[in-house]
Amino acid sequence: MIEYNNTTVERSRIPLTKQDFVSDQMVKWCPGCGDHAILSAVSNVFPKIGYKKENFMFVSGIGCSSRIPYYLNTYGFHGIHGRAAAISTGIKITNPHLSVWMATGDGDSMAIGGNHFIHIIRRNMDINIILFNNQIYGLTKGQYSPTTNMGQITKTSPQGTIEHPFNCGELVLGAQGTFFARGVDTNPKMMTEIMFEAARHDGTSIVEILQNCIIYNDKVHALITAKETKDNYQLHLKNGEPMKFGANMEKGIRLNKRRLEVVEIGKNDITENDLLVHDQYAGDPGIHLMIAKMAPPVYPVALGVIRSAMYPTYDDLVEEQIKQAKENSKIKCVNDVMAASGVFEIK
Amino acid sequence: MSKKNNAIEMEDVVVKFVGDSGDGMQLVGTLFSETVGIDGNDLANFPDYPAEIRAPHNTVAGVSGFQVHFGSKEINNFGDLCDVIVAMNPASLKANKKWAKKGTILIIDSDTFDQKAFERAGCTANPLEDGSLKDYIIVKAPITTKVKEILAPLGLDIKTMERTRNMFTLGMVLYIFNRTFNTTFDYLDKKFAKKPQMIEANKMVIKAGFDYASSHESIDKTITVKPASLEKGKYTTVTGNIATAWGLLAASERSGRPFFLGSYPITPATEILMELARHKSLGAKVFQAEDEIAGICSAIGASYAGAMACTTTSGPGLSLKSEAIGLAVITELPLIIVNVMRGGPSTGLPTKSEQSDLYQALFGRNGEAPLIVMAATSCTDCFYASYEIAKLSMEHMTPAILLTDGNIGQGSQLFKLPDVKKLAPIKPPIAEANDPDYKPFNRDPKTLVRKWAIPGTEGLRHRVGGLEKEDGIGNVSMDPQNHQKMVDLRAAKVEKIADFIPEQTVFGDEDADLLVISWGGTLGAVRTAVQELQKQGNKVAHTHFRYIMPLPKNTEAILKKYKKIVVAELNSGQFVNYLRMKFPRYPMLQCNKVQGLPFFVSDLLPTFTKILKEK
Repeated sequence: MIEYNNTTVERSRIPLTKQDFVSDQMVKWCPGCGDHAILSAVSNVFPKIGYKKENFMFVSGIGCSSRIPYYLNTYGFHGIHGRAAAISTGIKITNPHLSVWMATGDGDSMAIGGNHFIHIIRRNMDINIILFNNQIYGLTKGQYSPTTNMGQITKTSPQGTIEHPFNCGELVLGAQGTFFARGVDTNPKMMTEIMFEAARHDGTSIVEILQNCIIYNDKVHALITAKETKDNYQLHLKNGEPMKFGANMEKGIRLNKRRLEVVEIGKNDITENDLLVHDQYAGDPGIHLMIAKMAPPVYPVALGVIRSAMYPTYDDLVEEQIKQAKENSKIKCVNDVMAASGVFEIK
Repeated sequence: MSKKNNAIEMEDVVVKFVGDSGDGMQLVGTLFSETVGIDGNDLANFPDYPAEIRAPHNTVAGVSGFQVHFGSKEINNFGDLCDVIVAMNPASLKANKKWAKKGTILIIDSDTFDQKAFERAGCTANPLEDGSLKDYIIVKAPITTKVKEILAPLGLDIKTMERTRNMFTLGMVLYIFNRTFNTTFDYLDKKFAKKPQMIEANKMVIKAGFDYASSHESIDKTITVKPASLEKGKYTTVTGNIATAWGLLAASERSGRPFFLGSYPITPATEILMELARHKSLGAKVFQAEDEIAGICSAIGASYAGAMACTTTSGPGLSLKSEAIGLAVITELPLIIVNVMRGGPSTGLPTKSEQSDLYQALFGRNGEAPLIVMAATSCTDCFYASYEIAKLSMEHMTPAILLTDGNIGQGSQLFKLPDVKKLAPIKPPIAEANDPDYKPFNRDPKTLVRKWAIPGTEGLRHRVGGLEKEDGIGNVSMDPQNHQKMVDLRAAKVEKIADFIPEQTVFGDEDADLLVISWGGTLGAVRTAVQELQKQGNKVAHTHFRYIMPLPKNTEAILKKYKKIVVAELNSGQFVNYLRMKFPRYPMLQCNKVQGLPFFVSDLLPTFTKILKEK
């Protein structure tokens, strides 16, 4: 893994382990739920990130995903439906020396909290958001969400949904996201890696985890995650490397004129040199958007860090403006504020 | 100049400048108010402007006004009827004629009184000729023509010249009130320091207006208002909204807690957000959120992270914040919510004022969700009330709503500058690092207040949230008995704050025939009406509430003493019903007004007199 170099958050002087972040609370997710794997990935990555235990802050909204703060021994805030992004924003602005993490779901962030979600991304607030996408409302027992496939029968769409679903990555990049990564709950190693990358990134990091809800939307991601099909439907992105996938890495992604295309290496004179090389740091989000939107059956789903672009963060700019104002202003206290307001004296 | 001998003296007067939205009425009103303030008069100003930015020219919808009430005595309200009205066009005259009384001086720009303007204003005939103004002293002045004559040598364009019309009227008003130019000119020198030509033009026009008034046939007297016996010291004029911003900053400074505001622009509260955004040199962090909900939720996050966190809004915004207020209640975090009330429901009357959000402040949440409610009593009290509510909120670890209103928020008064260092200290209950006994919901047995454990502090990692928590240890709990206990504890914690606020005081006799009750921003008008009745020989007492939830401990003891009680408020009876709920044994009459206007003394006197006479 790459050396961690953020200096805003104070690091732990002693090495930490997963045990440092395990809370004493009973984990109450359903047996077999993908959330268990996500929790495990989080508690694995925190000691690797290496900040002082007290500098981790976990915020959430409402939904199954949002119970995660109770299961981690950090400072935690379990908020209200859709508002975790706004709560996190206040925390980060107040104390930029905290590593602020947020757990949310497809309903929490893309329906009820949609406004806060796009604006936290637009502002590039330095917060790491783990979005559990199971394409269903789990905690309210099985209603369709903004990412449910069109036509799917759920408790509130007995004849099938008639809504066009959001693609999370497309929404994030449309909101000028600087970091977007995607993982699956069946690949703990990759989840840990992309969470670590999210922590490294200065700005709003969105980590979408395709998560299985075993009760209300079982096997919704099966085509992507099942042993038999995953090689053909998972593209593991690596920065600077050509986009290859398949059981024997025999397939790849090529940019053909203005659209992406799945090709087979060796066929029709196609070589590795024809494949698109991943550049997660590119400023222009054009290719990132195309990659994020790839979906079966035509394309594999892109996993890993899709975009990680450098832009100033809101919280840094706040500190900068305050520093400048303190240096340049004669007004140092509230008495000064009042005295500078057109005062006259009655003798 | 011999007419100056015909000078009369008055204790207090009301002057109103009215014109089109772009006529500079707010500026000229402010200038005049600064002048009389610096000359030693007490004062209260009230801007009266439409909800639109620039409504169609010369229409009643576009009329903007600025009222100055000043005097040689204490001025605690914006004044009822006007002694002088400056009307820049027929529409503004039409809209404001109702504020004139017999003998009011109406200064009119006669150049704007043509047929087209009458039609735009919706007048059927020339109001100057149809006899409708016979009770008033009409001062017709061809102001537009005059300013063009005066400024001709400066070679300015017509628009710039016409823009000084307001200054001509200022000159006329300065003459009527026997004022010198000094104060106004000093002010202009500072205000337009970078535009010397503007200073020169304005000064020329003011002088010309002054001279014109001195020789005008209709102005046969001047009015002297002697300086008030104000306490010595440094003063400024301040609107309630600015005072609120300063009070909040002062509380942050005195508590040592960093300042955070999460807010969304909304009339008539926006000035608080704008003022606070200017003070980054104090370290104030001001976040303009994407909506009202994000405003309060960011503040809740900030509070958890250890800031003195605030959100500012007006009625409809408070509705949007309701769910989040409940979150602050259950997490027992300090949070200051300022609601500058306006006319409702829904969008209602954005630029007009009411006291109709009291129910919302007290009860507008799901579940049992008690919190502190206070109401500021005047523009200047906004400073002290916001300071005090921040102190209570932080020291008692509970969200708090400060109710101000459009009238006091946007009106202004003379403000004697306080020394922030001398304000009551604020000591939030911060949990100490590595306290082995720390539990999120352990409480101080006396106050029932939990400790504020700030993220980043060693040894205090803990979780809070919107789910019910087990008392003490703070784990999620759905236990029925625990929920009952927590509901009771949260309510008792707020009630106990009554031990930390002053007792309610009564103005007037203990054996008065009538007790008048009011609350919030109506103090000035109600107190003036009560004083008037007392002067007339009536036995009337007045008690004005600033602490609403909890009420002062002696509230019932006061109610007990009086046979007749009337509650005056700018709504249909919200405070009176709250009192009835709390103290059902005491019959209370009502005096209500819901017109988007403040109380006038002239509204209150007949109502109170009638109640006094009834058996």
